[in-house]
Amino acid sequence: MTTAPAKARWRFRQPSVIPGFGLTLGFSLAYLTLIILIPLSGLIWRSAALGWADFWAIATDRRTINALEISFGTAFIAAAVNVVFGTIVAWVLVRYNFPGRRIVDAMVDLPFALPTAVAGIALTTLYAPNGWLGSLLAPLGIKVAYTPLGIVIALIFIGLPFVVRTVQPIMEEIDKEVEEVAATLGANRFQTIARVLLPGLAPAIVTGFALAFARGVGEYGSVIFIAGNLPYKSEIAPLLIVIRLEEYNYAAATAIAAIMLALSFVMLLVINLVQTWSRKRYG
Amino acid sequence: MEVRVANVRKEFERFPALQDVSLDIKSGELIALLGPSGSGKTTLLRLIAGLERPTKGKIFFGEEDASQKSIQERNVGFVFQHYALFRHMTVADNIGFGLKVRHGPTRPSAQEIRRRASELLDLVQLSGLEKRYPAQLSGGQRQRVALARAMAIEPAVLLLDEPFGALDAQVRRELRRWLRDIHDATGHTTVFVTHDQEEALELADRVVVMSQGRIEQVGTADEIYDTPNSPFVYGFIGESSSLPVKVEDGQVWIADRPIGLSAPQAPQGEATLFFRPHDVELVDECNGCIAGTVVASRRVADTRRVELEIGGERQRVEVELPVDHPAAQKSRIAFRPRRWKLFPAA
Repeated sequence: MTTAPAKARWRFRQPSVIPGFGLTLGFSLAYLTLIILIPLSGLIWRSAALGWADFWAIATDRRTINALEISFGTAFIAAAVNVVFGTIVAWVLVRYNFPGRRIVDAMVDLPFALPTAVAGIALTTLYAPNGWLGSLLAPLGIKVAYTPLGIVIALIFIGLPFVVRTVQPIMEEIDKEVEEVAATLGANRFQTIARVLLPGLAPAIVTGFALAFARGVGEYGSVIFIAGNLPYKSEIAPLLIVIRLEEYNYAAATAIAAIMLALSFVMLLVINLVQTWSRKRYG
Repeated sequence: MEVRVANVRKEFERFPALQDVSLDIKSGELIALLGPSGSGKTTLLRLIAGLERPTKGKIFFGEEDASQKSIQERNVGFVFQHYALFRHMTVADNIGFGLKVRHGPTRPSAQEIRRRASELLDLVQLSGLEKRYPAQLSGGQRQRVALARAMAIEPAVLLLDEPFGALDAQVRRELRRWLRDIHDATGHTTVFVTHDQEEALELADRVVVMSQGRIEQVGTADEIYDTPNSPFVYGFIGESSSLPVKVEDGQVWIADRPIGLSAPQAPQGEATLFFRPHDVELVDECNGCIAGTVVASRRVADTRRVELEIGGERQRVEVELPVDHPAAQKSRIAFRPRRWKLFPAA
């Protein structure tokens, strides 16, 4: 690296003593192409066969738009809720030592491991108007199951570990000295958390949000049980795709899928840019 | 501000880190807490800061009992070895932090805070770096920012925990001189912890030597170096050699021979003789002296350090000779310490 000429030429590969660059890059590209790129381009290919006018008709169909709104909206709300409570859970797990901490820690991963259908059925049973929680909420006029609110609850359940597991390791790295120095400078506990700790955690929180959000947008198994799946009201986009498939309307299914793909890609790209920016600043 | 540590004891889960420590620090003084790791020096510093609470005893700032106050109320400036800067804040925001978190009328205006920050940056010779982030600074620069941040709140006392410990030797020496200048210019009462005796002796008005949770000796660099009051201080500060000896009839004996040192005041019996390797005189005729066989000889800067084996017990001591001294070639050397001290054997 040091022998580079004064006017650094751009080079495809930085000289390095670690061997295997060609092999590993080749493997990564081949793997990504096979697993991600080919299926996705197939999707776009199929939807392109539809023609622009038909595609536009499907895209602007009220039912499609509502389904997309519900999918992205509920995923967004659920991810936002998870950011708050996931961060608190991570805080408790990192900062305090209490009996049963390991059990709570292990419990966080359950939504990862549990078949999503099981989660969906369990939540539906709880929140249905005659369920344990649903029967308590019903007199207050709150309906959870078979409404978008139910979808949000299912997605919160699914997304929680993403936030906790991304924030937790960064929180563990926080230097105790940074908090101590804030205290000696006169900052109270609240100021220390708001001005010193949370900003330091922001990049991890954004990542956790992105993961929970992406997962929520694509979630199918747990949602269809609790959502009630009323068209225009509580029907999510993935379900709409399945419905179109069952109607043998492959073109419409791929068209909705392509729109979801584009939206997800744009949102994740934005989140990634935000992260790169913050990382550059804070090193 | 004066700081008085009165009979402070600190236990960590029954393990005593400090036992009955008392120390008076004068206003405007620069004090070094010096000791090996585990001597309790950092614990003492953290107790003064309020980052720990004493198990017993009290700490006074001026006339006030500071042990009853929270860290926030104590108004101390604390600088950590690894800077502990806020990574997501610019240099100026880091320095202004202590003023920004104040409440009500004590909080200066945003403009005033900015002015104060750039003033302090001038003081620590980092003018123009307001907008940088800590990640963009070198270690030495970061430590200066940390110091500026601590001084921004006009602390009652400035506490530095191994402030130069993470820096390389060159930068360390530079910052040491610079810290002395800053201290002379601002006059903050300052306590710093170090395990580097050169740093402590060069920088501090008074040095507090600590060992195993106790204060061994407090004094100026000269007092500590020239008149150590315990075997530990003698061994810890500067180079030293020691030999087990016996005191009889006011004379110092090694085995069955007197070595030409008289100690009429010393109590009879077993003792340990301490001297500085460079503070010896070589003698030709061993008529009351210490004589030993040369086992090793090393060149250290401008001197030659010779290791000797003394007597049947084969005790090893070091003496220092000028590089071109003929005695360095001999296999046996006889000498007598010029300045020395006896401590009764424990």
